[in-house]
Amino acid sequence: MIVFRTAPYGTIYAFEGLENVLIMGAYDQDISVLFIDDGIYAIKDGMNTEGTGIKNFSPTFRALEAYDIEKVYVDKESLEARGLSVDDLVIEPEIIDASQVAQMMEDQKNFFIF
Amino acid sequence: MKFGILILEGPYQHEASDSAYQFAKAAVEKGHEILRVFFYQDGVLNSTKLMEPQADDRHVQKMWSQFAADTGTEFIVCVAAAKRRGINDDVIADGFKIGGLGMLTELAIEADRVVTFRA
Amino acid sequence: MLHLVNTSPFESSDLESAAKYSAKDSPILLFEDGIYAAQAGTAMEGRVKEIMGDHPIYALKADLEARGISNIIDGITEVDYTGFVELVEQHKTASW
Repeated sequence: MIVFRTAPYGTIYAFEGLENVLIMGAYDQDISVLFIDDGIYAIKDGMNTEGTGIKNFSPTFRALEAYDIEKVYVDKESLEARGLSVDDLVIEPEIIDASQVAQMMEDQKNFFIF
Repeated sequence: MKFGILILEGPYQHEASDSAYQFAKAAVEKGHEILRVFFYQDGVLNSTKLMEPQADDRHVQKMWSQFAADTGTEFIVCVAAAKRRGINDDVIADGFKIGGLGMLTELAIEADRVVTFRA
Repeated sequence: MLHLVNTSPFESSDLESAAKYSAKDSPILLFEDGIYAAQAGTAMEGRVKEIMGDHPIYALKADLEARGISNIIDGITEVDYTGFVELVEQHKTASW
């Protein structure tokens, strides 16, 4: 499982995390992707990075499906805490709660947080 | 057990590489095998032989190179992250090799445990 | 799952997230700046004790000593790097 927990642009963690997801997707593995805490900001819609000079990578998240990564989740509480709903995101992850996150972690062999 | 180690931070700025080194040493002393140390994000900066810390400080790159020489552990520096940060074959030290991000996935598959050291 | 927390609880939500997104009884290891959560007598002590109700907490000796922290909360177990390795033998890990 790959977890996005960091906002984009302020640091490179989310972008390089995405690069890692796309590579992992090329392997025949059971991969899931989860957005929690500030990681949600990486998939917020309406980004325009022109003024910063940094490439806007949020559209790339739409390619997850093309990489056969279909298990994509977002944490309910993290969304609500930031005043966002799935309508504000560039993709449509399945909404889960903290206890489901905990259960998924126990079920996964590897857990990478970016 | 077969361990994998993932390092996401550069030397000196953060303790991640030092902690990973102490962990790797303790794991080997306990009889575990480190299948691979994968250097990603700013972690790629641990591999440059151009670093010159002051004489009374530890030399992070040399610590790692010595570890590789002593244990035969494979060190892979992610090519995409390395290129972004000016790390290439001209500057990487003994014991380090530049490799694809796929080698992190392979490590996750092959190792019993992957431990990430990060900010 | 062993939760690795390496940031101070006074500046980061890592410990809170580790506590929130983890199954009951899964251990937490405090290391690097994470060890400040282990210190007794801080404003965080009450919260850390609450978390200890659901999770055993360990703190890495080398990082405690490096930072001069010796008065740690009762019930937190000090481990050296060998102890860190033993925890990883027993659990998969998540680095917050």
